[in-house]
Amino acid sequence: MKRLLMTTAALTLSGPALAQELQLYNWGNYTSPEMIEKFEEETGIDVTITDYDSNDTALAKIKAGGHGFDMVVPSATYVPIFIEEGLLMEARPDQMENFEHVAERWRDPEFDPGRRYTVPWQWGTVGMVVDTSVYEGDINTAALFLEPPEELQGKINVIPEMMDVMSIAIYYEGGEQCTQDREVLQKVRDRLLAAKPHWLSIDYGTIEKYAEGDLSAGLYWNGAALRVRLQNPDYAFGYPQTGYPVWSDNLAILADAENVEEAKTFMNFVMEPENAAMLSNFARYANGIAGSEEYMDEVMATAPEVNVPEELAGAGVDSKICPPEAQQIYRAIWTEVLK
Amino acid sequence: MTDIASTRPTSMRDLAAARKREERRTRAFLLAPAMAILIFAASGPLLIVLVYSFLTPGDYGGVVWEFSLKAWFNVFAERDFFTEEIELADAHLSIMWRSIKLSLMTTVICLIIGFPTAYFIATRPRGTRDFWMLLVIIPFWTNLLIRTFAIMELIRNEGTFNSFLVGIGVIDTPIQMMFTEFAVLVGMAYVYLPLMILPIYASMERFDFSLVEAGYDLYATRFQVLRRIILPLVKPGVVAGSILVFVPCLGAYVTPRVLGGGKNMMLGNFIELQFGQGRNWPLGAALALTLLVIVMVALIFYVRAVGREEVRGHG
Amino acid sequence: MARGKGFDVTRQPGFTTVALLCFVMLYLPIVLLVVFSFNDSTSVAEWGGFSLRWYQSALENERVQEATIRSVIIATAASILATGAAVGAALATTRTRPWRGQTVVFAIVNQPLMVPEIVTAVALLIFFAMIKVATGYTGLWYLIIAHTAFCIPFAFLPIRARLQGMDLTLEQAAADLYATPWQAFRRVTLPQLWPGILAGAMLAFVISLDDVVITEFVKSAGQDTLPTYMLGQLRRVVTPEINAISTALLAVSVLLVMAFFFLSRSRK
Repeated sequence: MKRLLMTTAALTLSGPALAQELQLYNWGNYTSPEMIEKFEEETGIDVTITDYDSNDTALAKIKAGGHGFDMVVPSATYVPIFIEEGLLMEARPDQMENFEHVAERWRDPEFDPGRRYTVPWQWGTVGMVVDTSVYEGDINTAALFLEPPEELQGKINVIPEMMDVMSIAIYYEGGEQCTQDREVLQKVRDRLLAAKPHWLSIDYGTIEKYAEGDLSAGLYWNGAALRVRLQNPDYAFGYPQTGYPVWSDNLAILADAENVEEAKTFMNFVMEPENAAMLSNFARYANGIAGSEEYMDEVMATAPEVNVPEELAGAGVDSKICPPEAQQIYRAIWTEVLK
Repeated sequence: MTDIASTRPTSMRDLAAARKREERRTRAFLLAPAMAILIFAASGPLLIVLVYSFLTPGDYGGVVWEFSLKAWFNVFAERDFFTEEIELADAHLSIMWRSIKLSLMTTVICLIIGFPTAYFIATRPRGTRDFWMLLVIIPFWTNLLIRTFAIMELIRNEGTFNSFLVGIGVIDTPIQMMFTEFAVLVGMAYVYLPLMILPIYASMERFDFSLVEAGYDLYATRFQVLRRIILPLVKPGVVAGSILVFVPCLGAYVTPRVLGGGKNMMLGNFIELQFGQGRNWPLGAALALTLLVIVMVALIFYVRAVGREEVRGHG
Repeated sequence: MARGKGFDVTRQPGFTTVALLCFVMLYLPIVLLVVFSFNDSTSVAEWGGFSLRWYQSALENERVQEATIRSVIIATAASILATGAAVGAALATTRTRPWRGQTVVFAIVNQPLMVPEIVTAVALLIFFAMIKVATGYTGLWYLIIAHTAFCIPFAFLPIRARLQGMDLTLEQAAADLYATPWQAFRRVTLPQLWPGILAGAMLAFVISLDDVVITEFVKSAGQDTLPTYMLGQLRRVVTPEINAISTALLAVSVLLVMAFFFLSRSRK
């Protein structure tokens, strides 16, 4: 018995197995299991997924080194940091076979000019998810969490994404992205601190907690909001008219990846419209691959969560990275909010 | 003859010295594995934390190898971004205060429930005490995460407790308990209660009830007996139990994270935050060491209260 | 004060009620958890009939399988190593004359019990990251060593208690009969020590199996254990699958603890 255990241990401990494998480090509840299954079947590469819950968690772990991951999916705002810190491999996805499928809008983004490092994974917005059976007023406003109406007080969750929360609050107070205007920021701080007592939680809150009624409203990602609505039809998604962040997450290979060829195979694989559609069908976000629409579920084609209503499209602001000085002030305010 | 008489004492001394050396070598050999592992993976790394607390944070996490006292300064004070004035670090201090407050409250709750329970077990017939103790020990060795999770299922809005109350018509709308300080308090009290019962029971187990009888013979009331006879004699157990509850509460991480909803952070969560979103590893290191100091103060208090001999006996 | 025949000197008003309530409180959440793991409905609060579907879905979940195997490997390796180290340390502190520096040894051995886990976790995160970068090795050994360290005091306590409670005459007799220290240990001490060693190993196993915080900070790519996997899931999808996994883990812990309990009682 002991020998058996020792053998098992020795086998497991001896590092990477002989079979081809791929270590993907991605946001939790974000990777379509069906797509991974398909990839494993087609290529024989064994994929292991590890979850993170924020860009900073991923950045910290990868920067610390010795993480063992091959690929990561940072948001657009973090891609330049990852590149600047030398954490990403210049894998040249723009020269890959399936790059032709990438939609025009995402071919040459500011955060990765010429797509030398990353390929589109999913993109979406941050807005308000609201139970319309509880609150019947206008939902296209950030007031829902910054000046909560009585019906919603104590039933609100705010995702702990510092930049998204700060940005929406800044737009609400009339400021611009990355502003360092003290006057605006003071208003933002006062607004957030006054609103916080009305929030129930500052958490990554589960889809189920909305659907089952533990929460009634919140600041949330659009795809997650769609998943809430599919479980509870009373829910709707609102786009704050004063401005809301538009984000995108991008798949990249890490500079110290061990399974580079496998990672490149995977990169090429997710740019295939059919496969990108599987991602969207699972996580319920748009994906940036042209032609994937025809493989998507019916519900995606019409969902107001994914297809931004025209009159509100202008309020969307592409997220970009703010200078360290601005971030330092934001972090100080955010710490006060969290305390 | 004379030869032997003159050499003997020396050889005996040699022998004794040799045996002593031998014993020392055996001891070193026996201790080496445990010490090596503990110094490598528990005590030693603490020194690195100390070093990190005196470095400069990197822009995107990690550290820059430049000496700085800023992290330690920031634990207690900060420069307000709007007024440019140096003031107390309100956020840090209020999180610290919440940690200490909730830990003390948890300790008191555990004491109020744990003391009578330990007393109850200690006054059962000898044969059944083991059974009752087993009932206390089983939850103690059950995964902390699972127990926290069980509490969550109980107190959620759609949880068992609220469903029951709504079902029998006591309330119309569920009582909000999740994500409040109350939830963290209930969770911690539930999780750490056995740590209070065990040492109190241990000090009561050999309690001589003839003393109590003597008390009643002298016309003491039940309350007087409890206060004047029982409590002083089981004090070491009460102090030990309080410390055993208080210390892990201070560093609690899982319970506030699952039940607090990010709004009721305790020190443990705040320290973790510095290594992620906070991007301030030196501050995280300094906060971790601050927590360690608070715990050490509590332990010194414990040693003082119970006396050195007691502590060694427990160790 | 008149005292009749039925006067019970041990009685204190209200204590029995509090104690019984305390036991109800200790078990109510756990019992509910177990009951709802057999619930057929997706809701964790409404009863939808008996079913094993959540056990089945947990069993079929690849990530759960992998995490379980990993947890067992780490707990097995860590408990064996910790018990071995603890036996040595316990012998050194009971079978040799008291020496200077013994207090330091006790302090080091008990350190994992005194220092908050989060502090150790932070320390290990920094320290192991340095080693990982320097050596490039990212395997399971980091977790095993970290677990071994905090398991040592738990293995140490029952083993040392057993050694202290043992009758020394036999060991002395063995020494008088010219047995080497090793022979004396193997033939005389070890057979008597076994219950202590087993108890210590089981405690260490349970402690390792339950750890969340240190594992969460130390783990590298794809190294989720069952508890860290559950922590990740808890914040997203709360399905009764978590109840099922919890119940299974609970059963393992309870069995080990009961075995431990009877082993450590057997010496009396």
